[in-house]
This record gives sequence, C-alpha cells and structure tokens, in this order.
Amino acid sequence: MRDVAVVGVHMLKFGRYPDKDVVQLASETTIAALKDAGCSINDIELVASGNLYQSNAMIGQRVMKEIGATGIPVINVANACATGSTAFREAYYSVASGAYDTALAVGSEQMGKMGLLGAGGGGDRAYSTEGIMGTGLMPGVFGQAGVEHMRKYGTTQEQIAKIAVKNHEHGVLNPNAQYRKETPLEDVLNARVIAWPNTLYMCCPTGDGASAAVLMSAEKAKKYTSKPVWVAASILTSDPYQERNPTMFDINTVTRNAAKQAYDTAGIGPEDLDMVELHDCFATAELLHYENLGLCADGEAGKLIDDKETYNGGKIPVNVSGGLLSKGHPLGATGVANITEIVWHLREEAGDRQVKGAKTGLAHVIGLGSACTINVLKR
Amino acid sequence: MAQETATEKKTNPIVKFLRIPDKYPDEAAYFWGMQCGACDAKFLGARLACGKCGETDKLSEVKFGDEGEIYVFSVVHQTVPGLEAPYVGAIIDLDDGVSIRANVYGLDPEKPDTSWFGKRVKMFTEVTAQDRDGNDVVAAKFRVQE
Ligand SMILES: [Zn+2]
Repeated sequence: MRDVAVVGVHMLKFGRYPDKDVVQLASETTIAALKDAGCSINDIELVASGNLYQSNAMIGQRVMKEIGATGIPVINVANACATGSTAFREAYYSVASGAYDTALAVGSEQMGKMGLLGAGGGGDRAYSTEGIMGTGLMPGVFGQAGVEHMRKYGTTQEQIAKIAVKNHEHGVLNPNAQYRKETPLEDVLNARVIAWPNTLYMCCPTGDGASAAVLMSAEKAKKYTSKPVWVAASILTSDPYQERNPTMFDINTVTRNAAKQAYDTAGIGPEDLDMVELHDCFATAELLHYENLGLCADGEAGKLIDDKETYNGGKIPVNVSGGLLSKGHPLGATGVANITEIVWHLREEAGDRQVKGAKTGLAHVIGLGSACTINVLKR
Repeated sequence: MAQETATEKKTNPIVKFLRIPDKYPDEAAYFWGMQCGACDAKFLGARLACGKCGETDKLSEVKFGDEGEIYVFSVVHQTVPGLEAPYVGAIIDLDDGVSIRANVYGLDPEKPDTSWFGKRVKMFTEVTAQDRDGNDVVAAKFRVQE
C-alpha cells in the first residue's frame, strides 16, 4: 500500500434542507471539497458515494451528472451509519492500491423529520415484534448497551448525562453544528426520557447534510497542497460471533477489533492521539467507546468524563465538533464529516474550537448490524 | 370480489422461533432453535449453518425452557405510535443458554433500578394481534417471578 493524503474536504452544515434534494446537497459539498483541494471534477479518477436511505437511487452518478459526468467509476455505498466512512475507505484503497491517483468520497443524507422511528413499513404489521417482544430500535438498543455498563461497573445515569453536557458545550463553538445550545446537567437529566437511561438530550437528532473529501497519492498531493493530511489507517470490521448477538447488538467487540487493527497499522497507541471524533449516536455509546478505543481502562469511562478529560483542553478531547449529539447525524454524511473535522484541526483551520497543536486524530463510526470504521489521520 | 371459501383460522407465532402446538393454548407454546454439534453454540430458530464455527452438517433442533433472568434492560418511553409506553424492554438470558428480547412485566417502568439485574423471569404467551387474514398472532412475554 502506498501513502494517501486527504487534500480537500468540506461539510455542509447539518440541519434541515426541505427546499433542496439530496443530490443538490451532495453536489454542493463535492464542488466545495474540490475547490478546497484546488482541483476540479476532471482531475478525479474514482468516486465513492455513501447514502443510506436512497441507496438504490444511484446518488453518486446523479451527482456526477450535476457537476460533470466524466465517465469514471462510481461506487454507491450503503453500510448503515458507517456508510460515509465506508465510502471514504473505498476511495482510500483505490488510491493506496496504486490503481488510481485521485479519488473522491462523498456522503449525503436527507432524513427530513422522519426520525429513527420512521423506518419500517412493508409486511404485515401484526408480525412486528417492536414493543411486543422487547425492542430493536436504536434508542432501546443503546439504552440497553449503557445499562450493561452500569451492571458491570456501577456507572450512573448522571455520569452518562455529563457526556451530553460536554458535547453540547463543544457544539456551541462549531458553526457547522445542527444545534448550538448548551444543555446543563440538570436540563439533560430532567428532559423527557426516550429510552432509559438516555433522555432527549442524550440522543442525536435526525437531519440532512453532506460532506466530501478528495484523496490523492503522495506524489499527486504535492502538486496541490502544502498541508497534506495523511491517512495512517483506514479500517473496517464486522461483528464477530458473540453469544447474545444478534438478540443484543454487540457494538463493543466490533469497535475493539477495529481499534486494535487501526493502532497496529498506524504504529501508534491511544496515548498518541490528540483528538477523537467518535460515534456518539447516544450518550451511552460515547461512554462505551472510551473503553473500546482504549482511551481509558475498562470500567473507567465514568471517571474519565467525571474528570472532564474528554473536553477540549483535557487529556484526550473527544467530539470537539459537538459530536452527533450536537452536530447532527445525517446517516450517510456522518462518516465523511468526522474525517473532515479532523482534517480541519490537523491543518489548524478549526477556528474557535481548534484542538491546540493537533497532529494525530482518530475518526470512529459504527453502523448497527454491524460495521465499524476507524480512520487515523496524521499531519 | 368473490369470497366463497371461508378459510380456517390459524394461530400463528409472531416469530418463527416460537412454536405454537396444535393444541395451544392447552399445550404451551415454546421457544426452539438449533444447537451446533461441533462447538455447542445455540441459536434461536432454524439455521443453515453454525454462526460461530461455520459447521453446516451437525446441527440439531432443540427446545428451550421458559425461565431465565434479566441480563440488561431499557425503559422505552418513545416508541411506534399505537404501542404501550413506557415499557421495560429487556434482554433475557434463558437458563438453556440463549438470549431473547422481551417485554418484562411486574416492574415499575417509572422507577428503573439496577436491582432488576438478574431478576428471575418466566415466559407467558398471549394473542397480540390479528393478521391480514384474520389469524391470531401470538407473542411471548416475560413476568417477574415472586
Ligand atoms: Zn459451531
């Protein structure tokens, strides 16, 4: 494998775009990422497009028709919440393998107000087990995952709520965040319960958004940028056998396996990271991933947030973008957007929320079912 | 639209790994699945192969008992329109070595408590819906044992 640099990035502020369609959103961010890279669509040799809800709608090709249909290979990717980051990995391997010198990854999603409960349909409703035989929807699943940590280590709801406080505080400084409002601890704990222990502010919002990244071989990158950001590892795992899975989704092993491979490939350990953007679809998820990514020892995630070590300025800043809780989570866009966030920090272009002197960052995404991606970036 | 023949109503399980005997409800419904003869892993329902070791030939059917304990839970407040809420949505570890998603009754959903871990529970079944053909649909639920 040869070295690959991220040369251009962009994300469209996450939110609601009822007057635009998803191809427009994806096209806008793609054009902006190409401009950031100082090149045009004519310089791109392969496109990987991530979109989940419209995965059968050839979004990638429609973007090309919008911005310049050059006839290059276009891959449409769907991998649950890891859709965008899997598209990034496709672009990465296309260049790393030597097959192409330039590639572009774009992630997009338009969820409207459908919400996480809007899925389903089709089939005979009488045979839906949801709410009849437990729950398989994300709020309940991530509620149970957090409760498992409570059972093992005595973690409290208040400790988990502190993660939501932190991410909303971080989000205030991010102009690309869907919500930029602080949520003090008492507000988080007193908000209505969605699925215990997660209250409203401990659940990410739904929304629309798009993000894109331009990748190039080292030789090519030199011609376009003086500030390349290198992909030190791009890992994808699926969930291995675990006795309760799939009755109970296992979000931990899939992340632990990816983290080990990522650290081995990048030749670093968690102590070498300056920042982490991880998949906080729910506050309980961030708690678990502190340990899954090795940011603290097993059982110490509650203490890590108690000690504010994951705040910007702490030992290991996590989700300085505001995370999914504050920045938003348009499924297919998320995985490219958290890479974009890290690239901005490594280039010292992150404005008020800049992690001082950041040289190495890790972007983590998990899609239930399950897929985990970890991308390690270095300047 | 002709509706000449009145088809006989059936009682169907909500999931395939719940088996409804012909004499239900006089004879109790039960969970069933497959066990791998190579690595002993157990699974709910029918399988083509073992999801743990990949064995394709040595799989045999097993019947699971109706008792177990709460491994973890959530209390779901926001759910699909029309469903009761809040409810306790748990993962039950059956004594026979498989886990089941279940609603658990006999606990106060307004007061989730870590004392619920390990609580003994027993399965019961009830008709939860009628399908498009008018057949009764039966689901399994769990109740805390005193
Ligand atoms: Zn086996």
